Amino acid sequence: MKNRIENKFQELKKNKAKAFIAFITAGFPNLSATEKLIYALDSAGADIIELGVPFSDPLADGPTIQSASYLALKNGTNLKKIFEVVKKARAKTEVPIALMTYYNPVFHYGEELFIRDCVKCGVDGVIIPDLPPEEATTLISLARKNNIATVFFVSPTTSVKRMRFAAQKATGFIYYVSTTGVTGERRNLAKNIFDNVRKIKQLTHKPVCVGFGISNSSQAKEILKVADGVIVGSAIIKKIAENKTCPNLNEKVKKFVFTFKKEIK
Amino acid sequence: MKLPDKKGYFGVFGGKFVPETLMSLLDELTKVYYSLAKDKNFKKEFEFYLKEYAGRPTNLYFAKRLSQHFKNLKIYLKREDLLHTGAHKINNTLGQILVAKKMGKTRIIAETGAGQHGVATATVCALMGLKCEIYMGSEDIERQSLNVYRMNLLGAKVIPVESGSKTLKDAMNEAIRDWVTNVNNTFYLIGSVAGPHPYPVMVRDFQSVIGKEARAQFMKKEGRLPDALVACVGGGSNSMGLFHQFFNDKSVKMIGVEAAGFGLNSKKHAATLKRGSIGVLHGSKENILQTADGQIEIAHSIAAGLDYPGVGPEHSYYQSIKRAEYVSVTDNEALEGLKLLSETEGIIPALESSHAIAYLNKLSRKVKGKKSVIVCLSGRGDKDVSTIKEII
Repeated sequence: MKNRIENKFQELKKNKAKAFIAFITAGFPNLSATEKLIYALDSAGADIIELGVPFSDPLADGPTIQSASYLALKNGTNLKKIFEVVKKARAKTEVPIALMTYYNPVFHYGEELFIRDCVKCGVDGVIIPDLPPEEATTLISLARKNNIATVFFVSPTTSVKRMRFAAQKATGFIYYVSTTGVTGERRNLAKNIFDNVRKIKQLTHKPVCVGFGISNSSQAKEILKVADGVIVGSAIIKKIAENKTCPNLNEKVKKFVFTFKKEIK
Repeated sequence: MKLPDKKGYFGVFGGKFVPETLMSLLDELTKVYYSLAKDKNFKKEFEFYLKEYAGRPTNLYFAKRLSQHFKNLKIYLKREDLLHTGAHKINNTLGQILVAKKMGKTRIIAETGAGQHGVATATVCALMGLKCEIYMGSEDIERQSLNVYRMNLLGAKVIPVESGSKTLKDAMNEAIRDWVTNVNNTFYLIGSVAGPHPYPVMVRDFQSVIGKEARAQFMKKEGRLPDALVACVGGGSNSMGLFHQFFNDKSVKMIGVEAAGFGLNSKKHAATLKRGSIGVLHGSKENILQTADGQIEIAHSIAAGLDYPGVGPEHSYYQSIKRAEYVSVTDNEALEGLKLLSETEGIIPALESSHAIAYLNKLSRKVKGKKSVIVCLSGRGDKDVSTIKEII
């Protein structure tokens, strides 16, 4: 069977469409809400869902995702429970799901068991911001054998040599970090995004998606002139935080995702 | 075999677990550092500042009354507490600020727990005329208000960190977030033998002056090597600074003393090597305190400088090959150690260093015959007086 993330990009390419990738923190505001949010994002047209596995020390995240992670951990969220949610969701949806987390929870869980549970529960890819490809040898080889995508990062400070390295090691897509810094909404886009994405695309045929700091649909539209997809995280988390006690939480999030989908089609 | 290896590993410990944005910078820093380490002029400049500014060499002082107290131990104190700013931290900050200058960085950031590293960083920034911002947990700010004031006097900005446990680990998270954001002009001056490669090796090298001096001084006084070295371990920079030069002297026992806080079974301690397990924190694979889910646990010690749930990867390596032994003493035992040294020698040690002193009590009961020991007196206790006053 082909990987759902790779299938999705093939399908998008055929339709000359771009990917909208939605990030949510699993367990925020709680795990049953997470399951419902997966369905909501799917029906709103999110092409891929990044499910954040909360970590106590999220050093690549800004305040929005930090506080979502903190609350999720307080709720008792852990990898095992997140796998169960994905497994349950797989009965109802084929939307590609990637887990985004830090390395220690995965390392402590055991990389072999982690990949096995990804396969068992229907997780399609892993994204670990503090695991550069040179430290990921074990994880990459386990993931390859099991058809799980390993997404790696390129940032504004990445040399061409490292770009080539990341492009070679990444499967699923390449994650271009729009700016130096942590996750979180930004008013302005960095100017060098376009040049850098073009540079990466000259080195590889793999899809390049841009994340960090994208907070509205016009920014997304701008970026998609060069990139194959955009990743929106903090802006969605903020929407969830604002409406977390609201009975219409899913509708509100759906509506927010629609604003992006409308612009980028 | 020379360690760390090319990838920054000491056995299975170490490495570079950081966001991609920092990888090119770390590669550059590694290149610059290894070339400076071989550069005679750099060495000369570093030694100049150590001698003329920091006050090296520090004495290896025979603690006669303390030795008499234990009867079977001949104790020498390596007096890092006599250095400018009051602790061994200045050795490392002088080294790194020179590296930062060579790299053309204009802004320095650092994390601090007890405030000693923050003060030492603010000091060298003032000395070199560089902008300095220090991240410090808000709980530590309260515990170490005197050091906060010192940093301000030195022209540094102290940024309170309110996230997580509000102590050293969170200050380090926040410093790394700043670093990722301002990577082009900013140098992150890490205070311990922790963090991603090349920091553990760079900090170890800068602190190795402790062991180099102590070894030669002891040889001169005693005509032989000591039987044991004792030093406290938080992140582990003063202990590694002392230990590393004795690595090949197999007869010399190395003892690292961790903070047992309220006791090893209390869940409120900082004994990473004794009670932690392998994991990844702040850029390196090392022993850490973690939950069953791989979340980082909050450490506790009365000594803010030991209050850290990780430890330098080289210590994890020393423990794994049994080159060093790691032990622990509680908050209360450390306070006893502080009183003991104050009353027998007229030296008030820092709460961190008091852990090393306190362990002598256990060592004295364990050894057979008379043994000679070098204790690293990593810092002076002035900064802790208000904390101690509340307790004793």
